[in-house]
Amino acid sequence: MRLSRPARGLLAAITAVVLALIYLPLLVVFVNSFSTSQNLTWPPPGFTVKWWAKAFQSDGALDAVLTSLQVALASTAIALVLGTLISIGLQRFEFFGRDAISLLVILPIALPGIVTGIALNNAFRTGLGVQLSILTLIIAHATFCIVTVFNNVIARLRRLGTSLEDASSDLGAGIWTTFRLVTFPQLRSALFAGGLLAFALSFDEIIVTTFTAGSSVKTLPLWILDNLFRPNQAPVVNVIAVVLVLVSIIPIYFAQRIAGAEKVVR
Amino acid sequence: MTVDASAPPTRRAVLPPQRGSIARRGSVFLSRHPRVRLSLLLGAPLFWLGLVYIAALAALLITALWTVDSFTGQISHTWTLDNIVAVLTGSLYQTVTLRTVGVALLVTIIDIVIALPIAFYMAKVASPRAQRILVIAILMPLWASYLVKAYAWRSVLSQGGIFEWLVAPFGGHSPGYGLPATIITLSYLWLPYVILPIYAGLERVPDSLLEASADLGGGTWSTLRLVVLPMIWPAIIAGSIFSFSLSLGDYITVNIVGGANQMLGNLVYSNVGAANNLPLAAAIALIPILIIFAYLAAVRRTGALNNL
Amino acid sequence: MKRTPARYASGALTGVAIVSVALLLTACGTSQGGGSAEPTQAQTELGEMEGSVSLLAWPGYVEDGSNDPTVDWVSAFEEKTGCTVTSKTYGTSDEAFSLMKTGDYDVVAASGDASLRLVAAGDVAPVNTDLIPNYDGIFDFLKMQSWNSVDGVSYGIPHGYGANLLMYNTEVVTPAPTSWDVVFDKSSAYKGAVTAYDSPISLADAAVYLMAHQPELGITNPYALDETQLAASVQLFKDQRENIGEYWSDYLKEVQAFETGDTVVGTTWQVIHNSLAEGTPAEVVLPEEGATGWSDTWMIAAKAKSPNCAYAWLDYIASPEANAQATEYFGEAPSNAGACDFTVNPDHCAVFHAGDAEYAAQIWYWSTPIAECLDGRTDVKCTDYSDWTTAWQEIKG
Repeated sequence: MRLSRPARGLLAAITAVVLALIYLPLLVVFVNSFSTSQNLTWPPPGFTVKWWAKAFQSDGALDAVLTSLQVALASTAIALVLGTLISIGLQRFEFFGRDAISLLVILPIALPGIVTGIALNNAFRTGLGVQLSILTLIIAHATFCIVTVFNNVIARLRRLGTSLEDASSDLGAGIWTTFRLVTFPQLRSALFAGGLLAFALSFDEIIVTTFTAGSSVKTLPLWILDNLFRPNQAPVVNVIAVVLVLVSIIPIYFAQRIAGAEKVVR
Repeated sequence: MTVDASAPPTRRAVLPPQRGSIARRGSVFLSRHPRVRLSLLLGAPLFWLGLVYIAALAALLITALWTVDSFTGQISHTWTLDNIVAVLTGSLYQTVTLRTVGVALLVTIIDIVIALPIAFYMAKVASPRAQRILVIAILMPLWASYLVKAYAWRSVLSQGGIFEWLVAPFGGHSPGYGLPATIITLSYLWLPYVILPIYAGLERVPDSLLEASADLGGGTWSTLRLVVLPMIWPAIIAGSIFSFSLSLGDYITVNIVGGANQMLGNLVYSNVGAANNLPLAAAIALIPILIIFAYLAAVRRTGALNNL
Repeated sequence: MKRTPARYASGALTGVAIVSVALLLTACGTSQGGGSAEPTQAQTELGEMEGSVSLLAWPGYVEDGSNDPTVDWVSAFEEKTGCTVTSKTYGTSDEAFSLMKTGDYDVVAASGDASLRLVAAGDVAPVNTDLIPNYDGIFDFLKMQSWNSVDGVSYGIPHGYGANLLMYNTEVVTPAPTSWDVVFDKSSAYKGAVTAYDSPISLADAAVYLMAHQPELGITNPYALDETQLAASVQLFKDQRENIGEYWSDYLKEVQAFETGDTVVGTTWQVIHNSLAEGTPAEVVLPEEGATGWSDTWMIAAKAKSPNCAYAWLDYIASPEANAQATEYFGEAPSNAGACDFTVNPDHCAVFHAGDAEYAAQIWYWSTPIAECLDGRTDVKCTDYSDWTTAWQEIKG
């Protein structure tokens, strides 16, 4: 199949239009962060930088970002370990119930967040009798983050095949050595991609969070929800969103570089 | 029935064990006992998912069979099918279910239709450099909080908002707040989750295959339909699971831009968060659970997931 | 997320089913939290401060400067008493009710549609007002009311109060309305631009309207509705539903909708009107039928871990200075008469009609509807809050 010039042009045009649409609301957020309107009303009646000044003074926002980072890092770490174990188990072994397990892994993300949220809330509070805390939140997040790691790692394992691992063990390497020196390096970028998505998923999650976070745990989405209901805080929330989008370039850029470098090596 | 696909040929066993460190011995033991290896691998994750998740879901479903004292808010453990019957027969739940499934399906279709050309452009037309920039451009909006984006759409779609301003020259109107606004906003929110898997799927389609199809006389359309589509079908399904299930459970977006409409998520939320009626909420939650299982079963029947 | 998993060979669903059933056994014994419904005794004396206290309140009631360094009345309390404050906010009374069930909080600021339920569920304890010196300064018409006391026993300290007013766009809604009929019988004139507060308790708004316009229904208290009376209220809202643009629950939403003109008439709070951008053509009115409203109460959890810090907080927040700061920031009338001297805006008390007993008398404060009629009728059973919740969901459809 060779695409004609007009076809390529059309595809490029569609891509451009959709990208413009994707960034239109973000532009609104950006502009509103400088608007004198406290209520995000369009068009902005005037220009001010006071929300930016306020945002950087807001301890609440900073604490919330730190809490969200903690939760996202911890649940991503758990998801990386569990997701890798489960994908090696499912990809390298053939056994009864394999399909049930792979369904089990996607279930927490396939079922609506509110179902997951109230189920876990009920289980923690009344089933186990534990108080909601940052730990319960991390457990909940890790549960639905496993799938992103699993998807990426199992896809990679399938593509890799077992020849290198077999060669390694034929040459006398133990299981652990083989994993450390042969399997893991080849999984690295898949782990990074899966981990990044798990992190993003956890960082912005609100529905499950509402039901599983302890009273003193305020993640960024919870803080945002609170502040949208407070007088004069909505524009500050916009500032935070703009900063987040800008800061997010860094991890995404590195993810891309790792993926890109691997392509060259391959 | 347990067959280790990667089980080494037996000759490995005759290799003389080198030094007998504990790690070494463990390693040898494990390589001879694939089943132990498997259970070590799967033990922790299954314990986690089974105990944390499945047990919690099961407990929730049991709760659906109880009732709650409306004034004291205590759950009384008398077994009853009242909640389930109320949910199955109540016209409210039927209307809302139909509305929710309709919204979720439309969002999914819109997202796939938009994602296909973009993903194709990214994977097969753009230069490697442009490709990298495009992926970043798609990923970045994910970090602007969900709530902020939903409120941004509220602003865009308001009277006198940007949307109105853009379409007014063509005689258009903002749809205002309601189901169309909900569908637009949800499609927007989940679009990256649909583009990414389809892009990854297209990347795995070798260019040589497309050229071979052309050499054999396949036109653009027939190549797309007969070669590309079957290969990326699993990726499309992957994306659709995200957009469908995320839309199915949403209750915040519809609250922000949905006008007076409510979806299944709202009913569950107001019964658990507001009315403190967990048994009824659990009974309502059965609806999305059943729908998702039906969806996964339907998807499985197309065979798409087997190719993943 | 690059691809979804994987292979569902037959038996996948059965597999999960088997796992679930097996795990059901471990999951048994699931039960609810919360306390018993037996009345607890009020404290008779105060002891040592515990060093920390956990509060549950509406957004804007407990501000420690972390959101805005200039808005802070918690730090002074912490310095004075040595009790470190942690707080959580809630969005609706119903959410507060379920959060209190977790037992994580020592103190809750509850509106009347939650307070009685909290008492009945045994989640809050009686409050000994003798231990709270600032109780003396509270307006008398707020003390020992049906939403903060039971059988002559006080269950908390009044915080602030306000009315659910009628707001309208002065350019669209003419002449200026004086009655709730613009959102009920005459709402079709503003089809698609009418709003209402998104909570079952709104049904009382219709009941207040019916008290004036359909006296034959015999409603004497909008929170004590028998089945026929509730049905009439529901019908009013069902007719209104046709003309609703959107319901509101957070006030940012309503502020925006009035500023853009997406909404032109509906229930509101005074603070929403105050937050509108200058030049927005909107006015508020307390219609002639009267209105519903809220009067919030600081209550102490029955199983409070820090009862002494809790008492200290109740006293502190009832003091003229703190009461002024908190109610002015939130936008409602303070409960302490002395607070009016400490507000930043000298007109605050006038704008919110603080202490105006006549104005206050036109307000039916939120109370929890219960089966035992609040108006004293014994010949019928009244509809309770769960009936209202079901009705509200059906109205929204």
